[in-house]
Amino acid sequence: MYTADGEVRPAYRRYCDWFENQDPKLMRRKGTEAEAFFRRTGITFNVYGQNDAEERLIPFDQVPRIISGNQWRRLSKGIEQRVRALNAFLHDLYHRQEIVRAGRLPLRLLAQNEAFLPQMVGFNPPGGVFTHIVGIDLVRTGEDEFMVLEDNARTPSGVSYMLENRETMMAMFPELFTKVRVREVSDYPRRLARSLAACAPPATSGKPVVAVLTPGIYNSAYYEHAFLADQMGAELVEGSDLRVQDGRIAMRTTRGYKPIDVLYRRVDDDYLDPLTFNPDSVLGVSGIMDVYRAGGITIANAPGTGIADDKAIYSFMPEIVEFYTGEKPLLPNVTTWRCSEPDSLAYVLDNISDLVVKEVHGSGGYGMLIGPTASKKEIARFTAKLKARPENYIAQPTLSLSTVPIFTRAGLAPRHVDLRPFVLVSPDRIDITPGGLTRVALKKGSLVVNSSQGGGTKDSWVLDD
Amino acid sequence: MLGRSANGVFWMFRYLERAENTARLVDAGFRMALTRDEMDADVEWRSVVITLGQQAAYEAKFGDTYTGPDVFNFILRDRDNPGNILAMCENARINARMVRAGITRELWEAVNELWMNVKDLLSRPVRETNLGTVLDTIRRYSTQVRGAMMGSMLRNEIFNFARLGKFIERADNTARLLDVKYYVLLPSVSYVGSSLDNVQWDMILRSVSGERAYRWLNSGGMDARSIAEFLILDGRFPRSLAFCYSKIQSNLAALAREYGGEMDSHAILRDTQSRLHALTIDEIFEQGLHEFIAEFLAHNQKLARQVQSDYRFYE
Repeated sequence: MYTADGEVRPAYRRYCDWFENQDPKLMRRKGTEAEAFFRRTGITFNVYGQNDAEERLIPFDQVPRIISGNQWRRLSKGIEQRVRALNAFLHDLYHRQEIVRAGRLPLRLLAQNEAFLPQMVGFNPPGGVFTHIVGIDLVRTGEDEFMVLEDNARTPSGVSYMLENRETMMAMFPELFTKVRVREVSDYPRRLARSLAACAPPATSGKPVVAVLTPGIYNSAYYEHAFLADQMGAELVEGSDLRVQDGRIAMRTTRGYKPIDVLYRRVDDDYLDPLTFNPDSVLGVSGIMDVYRAGGITIANAPGTGIADDKAIYSFMPEIVEFYTGEKPLLPNVTTWRCSEPDSLAYVLDNISDLVVKEVHGSGGYGMLIGPTASKKEIARFTAKLKARPENYIAQPTLSLSTVPIFTRAGLAPRHVDLRPFVLVSPDRIDITPGGLTRVALKKGSLVVNSSQGGGTKDSWVLDD
Repeated sequence: MLGRSANGVFWMFRYLERAENTARLVDAGFRMALTRDEMDADVEWRSVVITLGQQAAYEAKFGDTYTGPDVFNFILRDRDNPGNILAMCENARINARMVRAGITRELWEAVNELWMNVKDLLSRPVRETNLGTVLDTIRRYSTQVRGAMMGSMLRNEIFNFARLGKFIERADNTARLLDVKYYVLLPSVSYVGSSLDNVQWDMILRSVSGERAYRWLNSGGMDARSIAEFLILDGRFPRSLAFCYSKIQSNLAALAREYGGEMDSHAILRDTQSRLHALTIDEIFEQGLHEFIAEFLAHNQKLARQVQSDYRFYE
């Protein structure tokens, strides 16, 4: 909210004027109201490994994170460039692998990678789109500098929080929105429906039928699956509702089986088709890959897109962007050491207490070490794991991340955040919703923003200026 | 709509209806028990457990002593009783979550609130002093769910399947209540018309919230024949079998219009409904109330199963 010399940042000026005139007591009460609102509407996520899959709330902070229109325009360009590159990269990986031939990406990254699906080799998904819904995690590291922390090209989640956070803010502080011009996010579901329909497969006749595939009510992101289906007016299906009929994937309706054209699946690759992948899975549909290959259905995101958001691949993203767009990347990566490389490993081992070390395939903030806050014991344990399987890890510096204020009992206090804008890809356009999900570390000094690790969220505002 | 969603909405409303009716029955038992000495109170509590068909499970745990707190905690929250009210509310909510994309936000929130409040109240054993609050909460939130349903849901097939679940369950509950009254509660036929008999009839009327309506229609008189008539044949009373079946009929008719034709369930419906229209209460008593009800329950079950298969609730 403030610059280094204590000035209010221009983007926050109007908000600040408003905030300073608010009664702190009332603001505290609003926080309690927001929590009750989330409970009542059931905006919860399930935590695995807890007793009877307890439903938890993600803590919500009532101070918005504000991004100026200018900043956003620059960010959007960088995001668009990156997403174009991701799709081109995916196409190339499953076709001629020019990037490997050109010596810009080591073959072993693909050869040993479980996220690379040989079943997709040579396949052209409908409309040429591999990753239809992308979430790019960004951190701000300087006045106007954003860096990419992670690409989420398989099944990025959190968009329902982006939408509900805005709803909550508008319900709590309606007058604020007359004072600050904030760009809309509420049409995301409509844009998603449009974008998915635009990727319909050759077999489609008439208006494309879109459905959302969920693993079911015990999945951690079930709320989001139901929310998106509801908002798009699409059916929310489970594997047991689907079967192959006349070369199409059809859902069992009260009137019989009805073909689906586009399936927005929120089930991992491995569980998608027991005939092709994990034979024990009951979450997917037997035979869907055959139907897919024959042009009977669009699967969004395409199977095998996970290879693009693998953390080992991430470190090559600057090269990847350049290789496919012929331009310098507009959004830099965070410096990353690949522990598979002996020099890097030596550096990481020497400096481990200053670094964040992550498992290549890990997610949700699990399997990582945050050097500066780790105990000696934790560091020793992690060092042993790192030495045993160095190729399994990457390391990054703990950035001097910018902070944004959150509302605490004692007033405003700075906390670290990241930002996940949501990007929709269709054959004719790339559509970025202005804003995204801001995740915030609630503990003082903490860098971990994951909801499964106690992080919270806040509304993200892109100003209409 | 998906067959699984039709099933979900059907069961969501069955569970909601069952939870509400069960709470009403406990409430009636509670009022009866309060007005009796201890011995007779046990009899009332026993009759509540029998009406719910939970006698075997209850006695496996407590033997044949029926004290109030044992009984109502068993019915409300005991894990040894899979049919407890908390579980019903939870099942209703699980189904509501499953069909979240098919129901309105208002309806979902009402069900979620019902569950949150009931869960909170039933997180500790219930005592006599707060039983009233617990039962009142269940009834009040059930009313809120009904309001959210009627005020916000599109009158489409989703609505029809929900209503079918609700009224099939309600008809089942009312019929069971009557049956138990006549063949289990009464120690012997000689009690018919005695004051004990009347108190128990009163309990039945209370448990369906029908005491006021009944008195109004019958100017204070109370006899088995007219109460049975009221609960079976009076189409104006919202918990009577005739009323439930008029709703089942209109919702099945709506489905027939929507789907462009009738299914086997429509034939089963006509069969049961014609009996409700054709028989007088005297004829019902003549053939035997228990026999009538047993047959009704079987038909009601059969109808439920046929709806589930006609509209592909399952594979």
